[in-house]
Amino acid sequence: MSKLSQYLEIGSSPHVSSGASVDVIMRNVFVALLPVCAFSIYAFGIAAALVLATATLTCVVTEHVICRLNNKPTTIGDWSVAITGLLYGLTLPPDLPLWMVAIGAIFAVAVGKALFGGLGCNAFNPALVGRAFLQAAFPQAMTHWSLPLAADRFTDIPGSVLAFPFAEPAYDAVTAATPLARMKFEAIQAENSELLWGMTSGSAGETCAALIFIGGVYLVARNMMNWRIPVSIMLTVALITWIFMQIDPTVYPRPSFMLFSGGLMLGAVFMATDMVASPITNAGCWLYGFLIGGLVVVIRFWGGMPEGVMYAILLANAVSPHIDSLIQPRVFGTGKGAG
Amino acid sequence: MASKEVTSTDEFVKGLWRDNPVFVQVLGMCPALAVSNTAMNALAMGLATTFVLLMSGLSVSLLRGFIPREARIVCYICIIATFVTSVDYLIMALSLELHRALGAFIALIVVNCLILGRAEAFASKNKPGRALLDGLGMGVGFTVALLFIGVVREILGSGSIFGFAVFPDSFQTWTVMVLPSGGFFAMALWLLIVNRIKKKEAETEKAEATA
Amino acid sequence: MNTPELQPQTSAMSMYRAIVGIGAMCALVIVVVFQSTAARIRDNQERFLAAAISEVLPVTEETIAVDVGENGQLEKTSASLPLPVFLAYGSNGDLVGAVLTAEGMGYQDNIRVLYAYSFEKQAIVGFKILDSKETPGLGDRVEIEPHFIANFEALDARLNSSGDALNNAIVTVKQGEKTDPWQIDGITGATITSEALGNILNDSANGWLPILERDAISIDREATP
Repeated sequence: MSKLSQYLEIGSSPHVSSGASVDVIMRNVFVALLPVCAFSIYAFGIAAALVLATATLTCVVTEHVICRLNNKPTTIGDWSVAITGLLYGLTLPPDLPLWMVAIGAIFAVAVGKALFGGLGCNAFNPALVGRAFLQAAFPQAMTHWSLPLAADRFTDIPGSVLAFPFAEPAYDAVTAATPLARMKFEAIQAENSELLWGMTSGSAGETCAALIFIGGVYLVARNMMNWRIPVSIMLTVALITWIFMQIDPTVYPRPSFMLFSGGLMLGAVFMATDMVASPITNAGCWLYGFLIGGLVVVIRFWGGMPEGVMYAILLANAVSPHIDSLIQPRVFGTGKGAG
Repeated sequence: MASKEVTSTDEFVKGLWRDNPVFVQVLGMCPALAVSNTAMNALAMGLATTFVLLMSGLSVSLLRGFIPREARIVCYICIIATFVTSVDYLIMALSLELHRALGAFIALIVVNCLILGRAEAFASKNKPGRALLDGLGMGVGFTVALLFIGVVREILGSGSIFGFAVFPDSFQTWTVMVLPSGGFFAMALWLLIVNRIKKKEAETEKAEATA
Repeated sequence: MNTPELQPQTSAMSMYRAIVGIGAMCALVIVVVFQSTAARIRDNQERFLAAAISEVLPVTEETIAVDVGENGQLEKTSASLPLPVFLAYGSNGDLVGAVLTAEGMGYQDNIRVLYAYSFEKQAIVGFKILDSKETPGLGDRVEIEPHFIANFEALDARLNSSGDALNNAIVTVKQGEKTDPWQIDGITGATITSEALGNILNDSANGWLPILERDAISIDREATP
């Protein structure tokens, strides 16, 4: 420790504390996520419960082990890694083999968070880093979706979930295309009611748009989240989609379909708002939201894959420090004309 | 170190560990990451690079009195390109399958900074024998490093080593390890291990020095 | 670093001498290596193609390369074309089929394929991907997925009554929805690649099969092109 740090608090911005500590914020996020998790288990049964539990547990254990390896006090007490794990679990297909869930979780915490220096230093949202790794490593398993509200969901565990570690999963259930895949490859748009109330297939926590929205409203009401990020993402997506729908409604979907399908709600409310990986200033948050919204539309309309929220957020994470420096007000007496 | 006489063994050994081209100098990353998706490709790329290193090192060392300082880079590149083209033909004559797997990266050995680096930093200032030893050491170090990366990527990405399956058929392959990003992950893993060992080495040396 | 005043200038002559000398030596080395490997490389290429041909049409004993001549007729050729077409003959000298190369855009890059056409069955009876850079784990499943490979055991490629085009366009359908013998059963998760292969086959077959059906039987095998 240098001598200076005894007298001055040295760290990266922001420097002004609002008084809310990490664990208070995280506990509020947890409350906001509860209905989403509950619905996920209701819709996808034991499989989703196992995936969520494995994701959370593996993330917590990984964080603990890494802290120990570095001879530092463990940081699992502040809930942040548990929230990362839960969010990560919510982005996965509900019938993903548990061993893959665990590998992605280890990657999320070890590479997405610890390598960058732990909480407060991660450049990317760790939950999405884990998911992106799985998407690249096991593309088949990551694009296999089970039907929601299957009759035997509380009595049977799908064979794929309990696949032996490192073994290829055997799928016994029928695969169900997500609304976005149906849109992309068959040009069929799902109804708003199906999308809002989670009657479609998809990742464990992304299907029920209404509950995610309620969670977001709760966080905003408690002043635990910058509302500008989700609002600007949704506005951008809706606006661009509306423009294209005016051009050709047979090719491009309606704005409400784009908003409520896939991971857009979950991503906009819980992923893009990661306090560390998003810009600090309010103007920066607007810009960041426009960027994510624009990328989502570009990937969904013209990309090879039906869904692009994950990559859009990760890309925006990468530029968020630059957004901050771009719109930083010039300090008096520096810059142009100075010295 | 500097006071000691540099023996011929040192010239050879330094490329293997102390100055390993991939894990310490971090040179020639383009082929190291691109064609290390299987152990066989890694070995072939390593051997091709070693051949070019040896031949160009020998030629540059032999011609070091003949090449004027101002025109040295163009001469080195010309020599290196010649041997790379030769390797390209030789591999095609050996096996077309191998040539297809290595693809454009054989031609890119020309721009592998390791080769020009050794020509410039070592071969142009040393006798042919020493230049050969240096090239051999660097080449073997490069090949071994590529093999390390290649083995990890092939085991996870294809479930095999040198094409022989090491897992039962039910093994789920990790597609990412065959993709270019897998090269970065495997490389990072080995850098982590190598740096950890180097740090330990330095600490014990320091402890011995103070004791 | 080096101040020019202190450095003795190398004369232009000695620089020219070095560059020209080294250039000449390098050229010599390349010529020698090329000359000594050229025969082996040609052998390798022929063997590779022959192996691929006998894989898609195992009864093949002998092949001749053909091309459309200036008069629009099929004729024997010795030129090495970018997308060669061969007539294949069996052990007793009968025409058993044709083997064609075709190329088209896949998901990542161009895909090159080799396929066999049987005159007797009027169908595509063999198929092999020569070159593809499709995504490992997704697009490249077209090379291993058994139900997809089974498409090419007998893929209907009958000509229409006037003999100038395919009677039914070869088309890729969604996995499990194949109803007609000219449809290719696609792969879920490799939609773009399997559709691209359908288009490649359709375009190539539409262009070549009418000519082959019309002229192949009358071609002079012994003709010197």
